[in-house]
Amino acid sequence: MQIADLAQQIIDEFALFPDWMDKYEHLIELGKSLPPFDEKNKTEPHLIQGCQSRVWLNAAYEDGKIMFTADSDAIITKGIVSLLVRVFSGQPPQAIIDANLDFIEQIGLKENLSPTRSNGLLAMVKQMKMYALVFLNKQP
Amino acid sequence: MFTLQTIRKDFPALAQKVYGKPLIYFDNAATTQKPTPVIAIVNEMNSLTNGNIHRAFHYLGNICTERYEEARETVRAFLNAPITEEIIFTSGTTAAINTVAFSFGERFVRANDEIVLTEAEHHSNIVPWQMLCNRKGAILKVLPINDDGSLSVKKLHQYLSKKTKLLCITQASNVLGVINPIKDIVAIAHAYGVPVLVDGAQGAAHGGIDIQDTHCDFYVFSGHKIYGPTGTGVLYGKQKLLNEMPPYQSGGEMIASVTFEQTTYAGLPLKFEAGTPNFTGVCGLKKAIDYVQELGWAHIKEQEEKLVCHAMQRLQEIDGLHIYGTTTPKTSLVSFNIDGIHPTDAAQLLDKMGIAARSGHLCADPLMHRFNVQGMLRFSFSFYNTTEEIDTAVDALKKIKQLLH
Repeated sequence: MQIADLAQQIIDEFALFPDWMDKYEHLIELGKSLPPFDEKNKTEPHLIQGCQSRVWLNAAYEDGKIMFTADSDAIITKGIVSLLVRVFSGQPPQAIIDANLDFIEQIGLKENLSPTRSNGLLAMVKQMKMYALVFLNKQP
Repeated sequence: MFTLQTIRKDFPALAQKVYGKPLIYFDNAATTQKPTPVIAIVNEMNSLTNGNIHRAFHYLGNICTERYEEARETVRAFLNAPITEEIIFTSGTTAAINTVAFSFGERFVRANDEIVLTEAEHHSNIVPWQMLCNRKGAILKVLPINDDGSLSVKKLHQYLSKKTKLLCITQASNVLGVINPIKDIVAIAHAYGVPVLVDGAQGAAHGGIDIQDTHCDFYVFSGHKIYGPTGTGVLYGKQKLLNEMPPYQSGGEMIASVTFEQTTYAGLPLKFEAGTPNFTGVCGLKKAIDYVQELGWAHIKEQEEKLVCHAMQRLQEIDGLHIYGTTTPKTSLVSFNIDGIHPTDAAQLLDKMGIAARSGHLCADPLMHRFNVQGMLRFSFSFYNTTEEIDTAVDALKKIKQLLH
């Protein structure tokens, strides 16, 4: 599935919850179901600067696609991370670089999850796009 | 007679709703809301009475100069400083500390000298001293605090010596709320011949300081934390020290005469006020100080004590909640963590419920390390907050705890 389709899937999913509290509850559940992050990768180089909570991100390049794994010690942040992993992981570098992130605003938590807030969303996206750039340049 | 209702009406920001919920503003240690007299004077000066100070002969310039100097006298009286010229206007606490770190440092600090701080300082009262020590090859020494947030004043003796050039200490911790016994501390430091800078960022709004009673050598605070405009602040310094210190920034206003060969500097206070100062903001700061003084410190302290006691009591209903800074006296704030809940998660959900709280390292990383936590949640109250707001916030925390578990 392409990034835009995955994003639309997330928008539709969140639309099922009209109340903000339920949306958060869903986000928290998504965070909890994020695949486990290798504890030995919880090191300084994997830590994303610019988040109030700690966020770790790791990336591997397999068959022209980037596989992301991530974790956070804050559960809402982990929920946000899980959304990003879901749309970006398994995508080719160029698609990640070109992706826009309107879907985050469209899931109806705009006030809290907009990139200008101090939740580190912008830093996470930047770091994922950086990985994509690096892998793109490594391509033969 | 003031009532809570009439006081709250003086602060238009308090009447607003956020996310459709009545705003509960519990981040007063970060910045306070402004009362109408402050808003009115700033509006009036931006729309009508605007003329650059200390240089113009015209009507507007004269009025602004008069008001600016009147504000200086108001600050002097507020701090009970002996001399009006000892009051320097800055852009805030950070700028005031940087001024001292540079100017005092240039004049008095050499290699292997020592600057003493406490573990409870916020970054603004750490980093400028670190930079000074790096510049000069001087040494930073840090006085630890006790588990309840208090200082062992007697321990100071182990940290002060002939090598100590300055003791920098907060009047009240922005994380723990703990109020330090400044008068005793200054007396000990002075016995070693060490001058003391008191960081009043968290002290000014809770009664300020009496310079002639405590004898501190420098006192700094921010206007926006005492109901005044942002971008205003004060540096009080003893005349003798300020006169010996070189200017920090240079430019207009701080000069006596300029030729391309040489410049002679103006006397106090203008020597430290290079360029056009934020005179509009400073006039707002005067109105803010007038406002709290009219309200009366006794009333303010009574209300704020009531709020913090109520909060400490109600918060303890929550299982697994730990409060940092349990000693008294303390200012009207309470920092805490709840087992298994990240403070930023709680702060985001509180925000959604209309409650403005602070989370994270609270601009005091060393204190976070001291208590071995990634961050904390902080409620900081002002006299305009209510116990009902605290009840709402405690109920909100209980709900959040359910949601996050």
